[in-house]
Amino acid sequence: MKHSIKPLIVLAGLLLLWQGAAVLFEIPPYIVPEPVDVFSRMVADAGLLWEHTLVTLAEMVLGLILGVLFGVLMALVLVYFAGLRPWLLPVLLITQAIPVFALAPVLMLWFGYGMASKVIMTILVIFFPVATCCYDGLRHTHQGWLDLAHVMGGNGRSVLRLIRWPAALPALASGLRVAVVVAPIGAVVGEWVGSSAGLGYLMLQANARLWVDLMFAALTVLAFCSVALYYITDNLLRWLIPWQQKTAY
Amino acid sequence: MFDITLRKAGLAYGDNVIFQDLDLTLKAGQWTCLLGGSGVGKTTLLRMIAGLTRQKNINTRGEICCGDNQPLTGRIAWMSQQDSLLPWATVLDNVTTGIQLRSNRLFRKAKLSADQKDRALSILERVGLAAKANELPQNLSGGQRQRVALARTLMEDRPVVLMDEPFAAVDAITRLDLQDLSCELLAGRTVLLITHDPLEALRLGHQVYHLRGQPAELTDAIEPPGQTPRSLEDSSLMALQGQLLDRLRHAEHGESV
Ligand SMILES: Nc1ncnc2c1ncn2[C@@H]1O[C@H](COP(=O)(O)OP(=O)(O)O)[C@@H](O)[C@H]1O
Ligand SMILES: [Mg+2]
Repeated sequence: MKHSIKPLIVLAGLLLLWQGAAVLFEIPPYIVPEPVDVFSRMVADAGLLWEHTLVTLAEMVLGLILGVLFGVLMALVLVYFAGLRPWLLPVLLITQAIPVFALAPVLMLWFGYGMASKVIMTILVIFFPVATCCYDGLRHTHQGWLDLAHVMGGNGRSVLRLIRWPAALPALASGLRVAVVVAPIGAVVGEWVGSSAGLGYLMLQANARLWVDLMFAALTVLAFCSVALYYITDNLLRWLIPWQQKTAY
Repeated sequence: MFDITLRKAGLAYGDNVIFQDLDLTLKAGQWTCLLGGSGVGKTTLLRMIAGLTRQKNINTRGEICCGDNQPLTGRIAWMSQQDSLLPWATVLDNVTTGIQLRSNRLFRKAKLSADQKDRALSILERVGLAAKANELPQNLSGGQRQRVALARTLMEDRPVVLMDEPFAAVDAITRLDLQDLSCELLAGRTVLLITHDPLEALRLGHQVYHLRGQPAELTDAIEPPGQTPRSLEDSSLMALQGQLLDRLRHAEHGESV
């Protein structure tokens, strides 16, 4: 567990730098508030922050689950239906080539200002890294294992289940790590474009009213959620896939 | 038991002819060893015999027949270079991979019958790894991993065993131990062993061939005298090793000019 200390040290260091800079350069609090003020705002508005955090978290988690599901399905289809590949690859690229910012208003129009549009934004953002990583993993199964399976008389299904799928898991895991990092982008961009709840909405409101400390408080909570989500996922993946190479810390 | 005969076997990757008109007989119940520099086509030949080269861009010719006129498919066990164990499966699951692969379960693991499990454990006992049945391969040494691969080969219980440099990645002492163990446990089966170690070929082979040139050709067989696994103290073995090393070196230099 000693490596889980390091992110906290980094965090504390950043906070110190921030506080130091704010005091030293006498930056006015309506530009950069001091961490102390932000913290007291966080405590004062804990209920409000919590309420909006739950909304954003729900959007991210729902988007992650569905995005991973669709990404994996896409990868399986790409691997096993070679004929569809030339048709599906452009679709995959399009979901990534159009900036989510450009897509957001359209999604609001179609799916309303509620959670659905944010979840779909999140799915769009994470679909690509998951699908490509999983596809790569499924395609590059170690030839020796496939030879062995063939000589042993394995059929397409059992080879997928017993060899190709587990062999692709480490690659899928790297896709998931990327997905978890970019998922907040989808959710928060969605909230910025139009919403009635969530941390992005809160930041927009606070910004309009020049409540800079509340804005920073929301930002801090968002950053914390993203980092926590990453470490939870990372540890979960390590536990589920104990045979993969240790990732660098 | 049955001989396996390759007649006029040829293989090309696209226009790259690896070998053509190759004749080779694997004698029933004996070890045939195949030496050769890297890249001459040893693995290719082995994969062709195992039926692994039926692909679009690979042109094969010739025929592979069994002495009893039955097809070879389904009668082969395969043991390849290092790291052929599935890293996510325990030692026991690795040894029983064949059973799992042939079952038709969609999601869950097929449950091993008590018989199958007993057999797997007794085979692990014979390779000296009964205590490691529930370990992951990453917790084993290189030599232990190859013993698991050997156990998996035995579990398949096939009359023909094809081995591609199975002991190349372990240290010299471990290699000798593994050679003795395989020789004991695979006795009576028809084995084709590919190796780049002349000593290994001479210790284990009833016939030792050397594959060289491009397209590759087989030299005449050397038939070392005496029971396998042959002792290192056997002076005729050492003399043969010297000759073979010379030949291998000449082949390498001939190719590089
Ligand atoms: N799948 C393949 N496609 C095209 N060329 C191949 C393929 N596999 C091997 N080769 C080529 O065939 C030659 C023989 O390879 P291989 O049989 O692996 O040699 P060896 O096992 O003797 O080291 C090499 O030159 C290699 O580049
Ligand atoms: Mg080879």
